[in-house]
Amino acid sequence: MQAFEYSNPASLKEATALLAASWGEADVLAGGTDLISLMKDSLHTPKRVVNIKSIHELGGIVRTAAGLRIGATVTMDELARNAEVRAGYPALADAAAGIPSPQIRHMGTVGGDLCQRPRCWYYRQGFGLLAMKEGKSLVTGGENQYHAIFGGGPAYFVSASSLGPALIALEAKVRLLSAKGARVIPAIEFFVTPQDESTREIALRPDEILTEILVLAAATHSATYEVRQKEALDWPLAAASVAIKMKGPVVGSARIVLGHVAPTPWEATAAGEWLAGKNITVETAEAAGKAAVEGAQPLSHNTYKVTLAKTAVKRALLAAAKVRA
Amino acid sequence: MRSKKDPDRSRQAKGNFSRRGFIRGVGIGGGALGTGLLENAAEAAPATAASAGPGPVPITLNINGKPVNLTVEPRVTLLDALRNRLDLTGAKRVCDRGTCGACTVLMNGKSVYSCSVLAIDAQGKAIETIEGIAEPGKLHPVSAAFWNHDAQQCGYCTPGFVMAAKGFLAEHPNPNLEDVEHGLGGNLCRCGTYMGVRQAVLEAARTLKTQGGKNG
Repeated sequence: MQAFEYSNPASLKEATALLAASWGEADVLAGGTDLISLMKDSLHTPKRVVNIKSIHELGGIVRTAAGLRIGATVTMDELARNAEVRAGYPALADAAAGIPSPQIRHMGTVGGDLCQRPRCWYYRQGFGLLAMKEGKSLVTGGENQYHAIFGGGPAYFVSASSLGPALIALEAKVRLLSAKGARVIPAIEFFVTPQDESTREIALRPDEILTEILVLAAATHSATYEVRQKEALDWPLAAASVAIKMKGPVVGSARIVLGHVAPTPWEATAAGEWLAGKNITVETAEAAGKAAVEGAQPLSHNTYKVTLAKTAVKRALLAAAKVRA
Repeated sequence: MRSKKDPDRSRQAKGNFSRRGFIRGVGIGGGALGTGLLENAAEAAPATAASAGPGPVPITLNINGKPVNLTVEPRVTLLDALRNRLDLTGAKRVCDRGTCGACTVLMNGKSVYSCSVLAIDAQGKAIETIEGIAEPGKLHPVSAAFWNHDAQQCGYCTPGFVMAAKGFLAEHPNPNLEDVEHGLGGNLCRCGTYMGVRQAVLEAARTLKTQGGKNG
């Protein structure tokens, strides 16, 4: 790990002043569950590391008139246990609780979950986000069993965020703060598919800190369903988060977002729209799952993920509507 | 996949983790912590709120109930500080990427991967390692249960498993088998002794309860 200066600001004003205009100068440290590994692998070599855990206002889950404000340094453990989150936003609580390692849940933060770098093994081994060599993708002709089935390239890694799909389904917003001021953007705009190596997979700028997540007042039924290969620490093979607003006995509107299938959380818009006006039954949930994976473009070793994603949608819908399969 | 040489290792050998520093660290291990040894204390700038490093800075860690002073670069992980500087080698460096659990310690009572915590960042927290969970010559009920159930083969994962189990039982004093499986999802055993580990944790839960519910 390259040596760095460690800063421990007590206020956001101090913290944002310590960040730089370009990547590589400074990195924000929260739980450290990703950043420290990235630095060990020399994928991140910041000159300065800015610890934000001493900034009081970045913690805590607070109910506001508009909904819930979830601070960036809230740990995944706090999120999974929070009574309001569990009651009003099960999709979020499910996603946080789904991380199989208590050690990661104890340290890993909400902001860090959104800002973590892709787990793609080509990226982690130093081949870059797009893993291109001599103009060709190493992923499409290589070991791609855990890679994207949506998006069509040139990036084939999958977004590693556990909370991203749930936040998009819940129409949440994220607040980003720099020394120049704050901006609030919809969660769906936070995730970006990079087109070249100079861009990142998130909309955060190098001089910004993700300060909080804003979730609307709960009027939805929601759930997250993850398909995992093993019970120990790993990322899901596929996941789905759904949020349903009911209109009497039928669906008024539904948002279905797939996880771990594309470089960003992948909203299945048509499948959500198709559900409007229908009851959630085993049959309609299955049909929505089928619609959600319409147009998937699996690579040479990951066709199985299409089936997993389809099933994740079905099971998330049934869980959200509390229908027994 | 092709593996990449860890540039960290060679740099550390030249840098902070010198043989000299390691040998010096040995002297303050075990129960004799808190002697306040500082390496080049005069040269090292104190770790202020504003910034510290990149060179060595004096820090204070609270380990097994005792304050320990040491001087480390900000890049040094808690795991490396424990093992290389303080001779507390119970926590193991295996994956060193926050995945395997062999480096698990408790921080304010919660299990964490000490390989993924900076030592400088662990200041002000109560750190509990495998060395501190029982009196010398005695086994903690969790360790004793691991013994009783042959819950180790090579033993490399065991200190991490014991600490993870201790943290888990403090929060879940009455677990069932499924709770134990889920609660230890952050630790791997290459030898595959999971069956023994699960039974050991269930037994430790019973023992701790008959001892008045005190998990310590």
